[in-house]
Amino acid sequence: MGIIEAILLTVVTAATPLVLASLGELVSERAGVLNLGVEGMMVMGAVLAFAATQATGSPYIGILAGIACGALFSLLFGFLTLTLVANQVATGLALTILGLGVSGQIGEPYVGMSGVKLQPIVIPLLSDIPFIGPILFKQDLIFYLSIALVFGVNWFLFRSRAGLKIRAIGDNHASAHALGIHVIRTRYLAVMFGGACAGLAGAQLSLVYTPQWVENMSAGRGWIALALVVFASWRPWRLLAGGYLFGAVSISQLHAQALGLGIPSQFLSALPYAATVIVLILISHNRRMTLINTPACLGKPFVPDR
Amino acid sequence: MKKIILALTTSAAVLGFAAAASAQDKTKICFIYVGSKTDGGWTQAHDIGRQALQDHFGDKIETPFLENVPEGPDAERAIERMARSGCALVFTTSFGFMDATIKVAEKFPDVKFEHATGFKSAANVATYNARFYEGRYIQGVIAAKLSQKGLAGYIASFPIPEVVMGINSFVHGAQSVNPDFKVKVIWANTWFDPGKEADAAKALVDQGVDILTQHTDTTAPMQVAAERGIKAFGQASDMIKAGPETQLTAIVDTWGAYYIKRTQAVLDGTWKSEQMWDGLKDGILTMAPYTNMPDDVKKLAEETEAKIRSGELHPFTGPIKKQDGSDWLADGAVSDDGTLLGMNFYIAGVDDQLPK
Repeated sequence: MGIIEAILLTVVTAATPLVLASLGELVSERAGVLNLGVEGMMVMGAVLAFAATQATGSPYIGILAGIACGALFSLLFGFLTLTLVANQVATGLALTILGLGVSGQIGEPYVGMSGVKLQPIVIPLLSDIPFIGPILFKQDLIFYLSIALVFGVNWFLFRSRAGLKIRAIGDNHASAHALGIHVIRTRYLAVMFGGACAGLAGAQLSLVYTPQWVENMSAGRGWIALALVVFASWRPWRLLAGGYLFGAVSISQLHAQALGLGIPSQFLSALPYAATVIVLILISHNRRMTLINTPACLGKPFVPDR
Repeated sequence: MKKIILALTTSAAVLGFAAAASAQDKTKICFIYVGSKTDGGWTQAHDIGRQALQDHFGDKIETPFLENVPEGPDAERAIERMARSGCALVFTTSFGFMDATIKVAEKFPDVKFEHATGFKSAANVATYNARFYEGRYIQGVIAAKLSQKGLAGYIASFPIPEVVMGINSFVHGAQSVNPDFKVKVIWANTWFDPGKEADAAKALVDQGVDILTQHTDTTAPMQVAAERGIKAFGQASDMIKAGPETQLTAIVDTWGAYYIKRTQAVLDGTWKSEQMWDGLKDGILTMAPYTNMPDDVKKLAEETEAKIRSGELHPFTGPIKKQDGSDWLADGAVSDDGTLLGMNFYIAGVDDQLPK
């Protein structure tokens, strides 16, 4: 196995949770809901996925538990912000703090246990392609899901009627409401999709990335996922590219260090973030494009007039 | 944004703690942790020490603690809240709490503070540390015996003297067996991020190292080593559970006895500011059982440990040259503690440039 291949394999593992979590947030934000609780939902997904896997011995049950847990946890956010019309920013932050705390509590008995690693599913024939095969077709289920979801969400948002409704709600919930679209119900579904994706990303952390449970194991990845959504200007394809760019820069900086190139490690550690800032500047340069893609009602509460 | 969250979390935790604190005549011995008390590494070792302390004194003391306190301005607030809540003695258990501890100590002259691994003290601030480098020397000896390529990977946290000293000691120990031994260093710039530590471990293995050692706090690198079928050393706690067939040994921090001694001094009114720096012979660090290695290597490791314990061998004994080729220690000379505690240079043989 060549070194490039090895690096790319590591990049895939590092990028997958970012892509998943930010994809969920993208859908939620397209519907106009800003959920800053990604980190909390992710870490809850991670602990529940680990616990369920320990209880049943099957990481696939763990994945389901992670997804379900993320979706349920986001329901709490949905209830507070959509039904009770609480401030989305504050509620999202609270959700993150709550998630980090509760997950630590739930996870206490699992600390130090060695986990079950989700085994790769080898796709016959395709995995024999040199170079690309081992990287793309000898991966675990969660990776395949992440790619399928990017395709799926892109199609759904821009090619389906339901996706059009979601975008309409995100751009102008009053008009969407006037047209008879169920704003609140649709937003609930979008928020739950976001939660499910974050939960799945969490499951990837505790079943694939580092098959173990430690408190705060998401270590800020939820926040990076949030930034990626803006980075991608709310487009799934750019989000995929952004997630992998971020993963690639963070992995290659480690390799650059191990090679002893003599570049200061603090600079290298800051590179992924610097790269994000630079791309953001380049993107926001085209103000019209940014405005077209930004959901106009993002973060605004909606109270239907009766 | 992450900072804000951490700040909020910290303040929330501090508030909760303050509310829980009631007016009792128990002596309060308080702890500030940088990570979670179940991290399987550094902080867990301190928390085991805290529990030993609580068990020893039982009802006479309380031992409240704050977890996940970020290094930096938030630390100062957390330590100050602790001091204000009536603690008699506060242990701040991370290098990065050093300046915050000194600052808060100035405001609370009646409260005693003990800061782990730092080099600044005051009338009411003592420092305590363990000579971890003794353990790292032994690890270096083992690594050089076992590595077929003569190349080890080292996952480091921050370029502070404590960590630099560890790398130098590891390399010097290895070179006592194999003079050509090399080490590749990756600075993770974090103490605690399982994903990043695992990525660093993978990068090192991909670049051909066949022994891993870490100076970060989670068991993630051990897991990667197990997965890739190479050997590794545990850090701060016995990590054998994460790699039953992988861990060679681990440096295990045992703070309990020290915490008991210092608390007793506070209760007796005899507490004085001191700079404690004990090693293997005092039992403040112990080596986890030597496993997964042939008997002759095990024997050599045990002999090295015995020599360090008896004082026959100081890990930093010359001749040692600095990385730039200049002389540091002459033949037979032993480094003084001051140089070690402020160590900001590599010795010859480290294949890395020290971040400034």
